[in-house]
Amino acid sequence: MASYSTNEFKAGLKVMLDNDPCAIIENEFVKPGKGQAFNRVKIRNLKTGRVIERTFKSGDSLEGADVVDVAMQYLYNDGQFRHFMVPDTFEQYQCDEKAVGEASKWLKDQDSCTVTLWNDAPLSVSPANFVELAIVETDPGVRGDTSGGGGKPATLETGAVVRVPLFVQQGEVIKVDTRTGEYISRVKE
Amino acid sequence: MLNEWQPTCSIEMLRLRAQVFNDIRQFFSARAVLEVETPLLSHSSITDPQLDFFTTDYCSPPRQHTLFLQTSPEFAMKRLLAAGSGSIYQICKAFRNGEAGRFHNPEFTLLEWYRVGFKLPQLMDEIAELLGVLFNGHRALNPTQRFSYQEIFQRYTGLNPLEFSYQDYCAYARDNHKPEAVSICGYDHALWLDFIFSHNVQPQLGKNAVCMVYGYPACQSSLARINEYNSQITDRVEVFINGIELGNGYYELTDPKEQCRRFDEEIAIRQIRKRPASVKGKHLIAALEAGLPECSGIAIGLDRLLMLLANSASIDDVLNFPIHRA
Repeated sequence: MASYSTNEFKAGLKVMLDNDPCAIIENEFVKPGKGQAFNRVKIRNLKTGRVIERTFKSGDSLEGADVVDVAMQYLYNDGQFRHFMVPDTFEQYQCDEKAVGEASKWLKDQDSCTVTLWNDAPLSVSPANFVELAIVETDPGVRGDTSGGGGKPATLETGAVVRVPLFVQQGEVIKVDTRTGEYISRVKE
Repeated sequence: MLNEWQPTCSIEMLRLRAQVFNDIRQFFSARAVLEVETPLLSHSSITDPQLDFFTTDYCSPPRQHTLFLQTSPEFAMKRLLAAGSGSIYQICKAFRNGEAGRFHNPEFTLLEWYRVGFKLPQLMDEIAELLGVLFNGHRALNPTQRFSYQEIFQRYTGLNPLEFSYQDYCAYARDNHKPEAVSICGYDHALWLDFIFSHNVQPQLGKNAVCMVYGYPACQSSLARINEYNSQITDRVEVFINGIELGNGYYELTDPKEQCRRFDEEIAIRQIRKRPASVKGKHLIAALEAGLPECSGIAIGLDRLLMLLANSASIDDVLNFPIHRA
């Protein structure tokens, strides 16, 4: 892997830091007029998701990390691992729950998602920004209520719980924003 | 990009810059300080280990010379002072290689001035007056603050900047979630001061006010004179507003032997760090030998000043064509 100098630290660049793959978020050049130049860098650890701030002497470098985002289809859960496939090549990957993380509550068989690979091994899974899932359980709504205040909890087929308006009924399919966990709309069958 | 040809700043900003230049010229004209112009290209360079210069080739067949673009007009202006110019000022471009960021562009504009007969406190008074004039009508500033480096460093870190205690500095770095400082700075006192000052002190300085920090530790004296009463500190001042470094001034070193010694020391450091070789300013040394009058001088970064006047987040907002569009 190539190494990158502080002045190449752009948002999104993947580098190795303390033996973990990380992504650069922000890089600020700090230099006293008569003093040493530094780069104050915000970095996300791609294994833990934690964001840290680290200072480098300008001109120092970090090893690049072989991290790629690959569009895949979610196949099934065998109880221990979740299995994914690259649609073009039929190549399959298995991910443990740690790598799947929060994404697990939005993953339905056959859905497409993004799997981040580090040295060709799954590091994390991101669901699509919007998913369509059926409601398996929610209280019956009050007749006449069309929208607005309050809402009620609804359990989806993947196990996720989201707040939905009172008029939305059990068995209906809804569209959810996975980044916020918010209900967007009903989906017409 | 389709609009790459366009300036990154507004037309309004061009007017603000012109107005600031005009205000500066009026300020100095009223005080009988002479405006001068000196070459941007020079046969000699700075020796400062922290600065990188641009070089260019001067062809006068059959020979070819390396010339340097100035990192500041300091040397040439001091030669004018030694030649008897009296107090002078200049608005000019300066060039520092590799410096680009939210507050840096490799080509930038400086206001530099020298006051014959001034010691540092008088220069600081004048800096406050000039900034007062320039901010007037744009932004109301709180009263000007003056702190010694030791006082302000101790206030925000609890550390004594004048005495290097490796243990204390390391403990401070670890307590403040900056353990990397230990490997970056090692046993280099000046480097520790740069690290801690720029991370933990500077951001606190001058909340909507001019903040002047004077009496820098002697290891950061650059071209300033060592204080006559306390050899641990140097007669150097830095100016900050809202944590942004605006300028750096000195009660100027006039001793040619001391100047020569500092140049040689810096050249040696540059060699160790494998920085591009610099060419010592022999004309400056000769000027000091002929006699530089007692004087104080300062350089103010005008692009950053404009950023503060216009409340801009990035230097690109005040430059028409920053380096990526130049």
